Amino acid sequence: MKKIFSRLLNHLITVLLYISGSITSLIVILIVFFLFSEGIGLFGKKPTEDGFIMAVNKSNTVNHLNAEQIKLLFDGEITNWSEFGGKNDSIILFRMDNITDYFTEEQIGENFENLPACISKVVDSIPGIVAFVGKHYIDKNFAGKELQVDKITVGDFMFGKLWFPTAHPVAVFGALPLLLGTFWVSIFAILFALPLGLATAIYIAEVAHPTVRNILKPVIELLAGIPSVVYGFFGLVVVVPFIQNAFNLPVGETAFAGSIILGIMALPTIITISEDAIRTTPRSMKEASLALGANHWQTIFRVILPYSSSGITAGAILGIGRAIGETMAVLMVTGNAAVIPHTLLAPVRTIPATIAAELGEASQGGLHYQSLFILGCVLFIITMIVNLAVEFISRRNRRVAS
Amino acid sequence: MYKIESKEVSLYYGDHLALKNISLQMKANTVTALIGPSGCGKSTYLRLLNRMNDLIENVKIEGTVLIDNKDIYARGIKIDDLRKKVGMVFQKPNPFPKTIFENVAYGLRVNGISNKSYIEERVIRSLQNSALWEEVKDKLNKSAFELSGGQQQRLCIARALAIEPSIILMDEPASALDPISTAKIEELIYELKDKYTIVIVTHNMQQAARVSDRTAFFYIGELIEYNDTKEIFTNPQNQRTQNYITGRFG
Repeated sequence: MKKIFSRLLNHLITVLLYISGSITSLIVILIVFFLFSEGIGLFGKKPTEDGFIMAVNKSNTVNHLNAEQIKLLFDGEITNWSEFGGKNDSIILFRMDNITDYFTEEQIGENFENLPACISKVVDSIPGIVAFVGKHYIDKNFAGKELQVDKITVGDFMFGKLWFPTAHPVAVFGALPLLLGTFWVSIFAILFALPLGLATAIYIAEVAHPTVRNILKPVIELLAGIPSVVYGFFGLVVVVPFIQNAFNLPVGETAFAGSIILGIMALPTIITISEDAIRTTPRSMKEASLALGANHWQTIFRVILPYSSSGITAGAILGIGRAIGETMAVLMVTGNAAVIPHTLLAPVRTIPATIAAELGEASQGGLHYQSLFILGCVLFIITMIVNLAVEFISRRNRRVAS
Repeated sequence: MYKIESKEVSLYYGDHLALKNISLQMKANTVTALIGPSGCGKSTYLRLLNRMNDLIENVKIEGTVLIDNKDIYARGIKIDDLRKKVGMVFQKPNPFPKTIFENVAYGLRVNGISNKSYIEERVIRSLQNSALWEEVKDKLNKSAFELSGGQQQRLCIARALAIEPSIILMDEPASALDPISTAKIEELIYELKDKYTIVIVTHNMQQAARVSDRTAFFYIGELIEYNDTKEIFTNPQNQRTQNYITGRFG
């Protein structure tokens, strides 16, 4: 009786473990699927507002522009059609409000009944015009032609230099500033955290007295448990004003501030993993080196560090992984300007910060909303590459060790 | 004059007395075998001679150890210099994760030698002296891990020879090897005797009988008997020595 019961229990536990395993895998797959299915709709759509079109003179040789070009055009950054490969003709912007510059109210008519004809006339008479008008004011006798807006492509999204998801008349989704912001902040974070973390790891593993080690290790591990908003607050109150004063800047919220905070946040990961790697260096390696007359430091630099290099690399990459995905602290200290950074002392905005800051104001299912999900996908892919790299390196390590 | 001389040396791990009043003298260019059951202190004694025990915490040493008539535990002795003079080969082959060449050159490099042709010459000579040269001369830049266990152990011997020590300590150098590799190592020990003073710890009685001139039998931290190898194996003075070499315990 007892035997049957225990066998049943074993079965039950096996089934429970199986179920929890499958549920976890299913959830992960669902999240990834959700992420991609929400975001993928962005590509192949036109970034214009519904119900509006852009019209140009029939003689204009430019037939289509992409979102970034239209943005520059309406901002007055580009003033000649030749820059878009058209004729040498200056660009004249026309919005609905401008109609009164060309026609009197009588000509337009009391109930705007002549408006389509007026618009047609204006577009026809000025060769360099580009008109942004409602679709319903364009009738079949329209004398101009519609300027096509390019659909959003993956290339435009990844390498576009402008991020204006709510711009008028067309939204511009160029994620390059965000990508660069993320890399910029992460790379300098790691440049700052790796030497410091490695030095600490060497100190704890090889130099520190056991008592010091026993105090230091839990303290460092505690660093990992502090919520990121607290780091952000610390950055905002301490690091940002310091940078502002030290470099005499108008604002202290810069990539540099983000790098420092992220570096501090990556430290526990780097220290713990590197220290483990250093301590797993076989005693026989150390003894072999010492027995040949090498001193402690020579042994550390020539034997222990090369031996544990893959563990240290894994620690550094996981640290970078943490830095890339970190949201709150970065959002608080980097200034959130979606422009391509040229110095460390300029404000930047990272991918996670963008998602956190903008998702609240993006209408569900809209282009902006979808673009944020694509950003999420990009982040997911970067993190996946990082984790695969760690896996690859630690696998190589295992092979060397065996 | 003795090459190595220990006078009433005791060693404590914390409160545990691991070596009791050991007095031993070894002449230059001889092979001394240290035998005894596990835990008898023979390895501890060996590691005393190049101060490898210093790495362990809570070790206390009493008495004096003289090498070339100098107290190696005296104040002001540089441990690095001592270890250059007293090379060591370990139980398991432990080459560095470097190339074969760099493994042998390591000891030279950490001692500040950077003359390329000199290093090259010494590496080649060390590999020749450890009877490994013919097997590795075409793959000096390959990883040392590609060698077999026996080759790795001879590489470790070459590594120790490269810094030109006068004493070589061997801690069961053949215990992890197959019989053919073991035979090669033993042959090597016999040849190295001309230039070096060798102290070897071994569990293998036949090995001790084959390679050594003098044999010391340790038992629970004490030196029971020390004599010419031939005497120890044919005419042991102490009952416990006799029991051990005849295989009644250990």
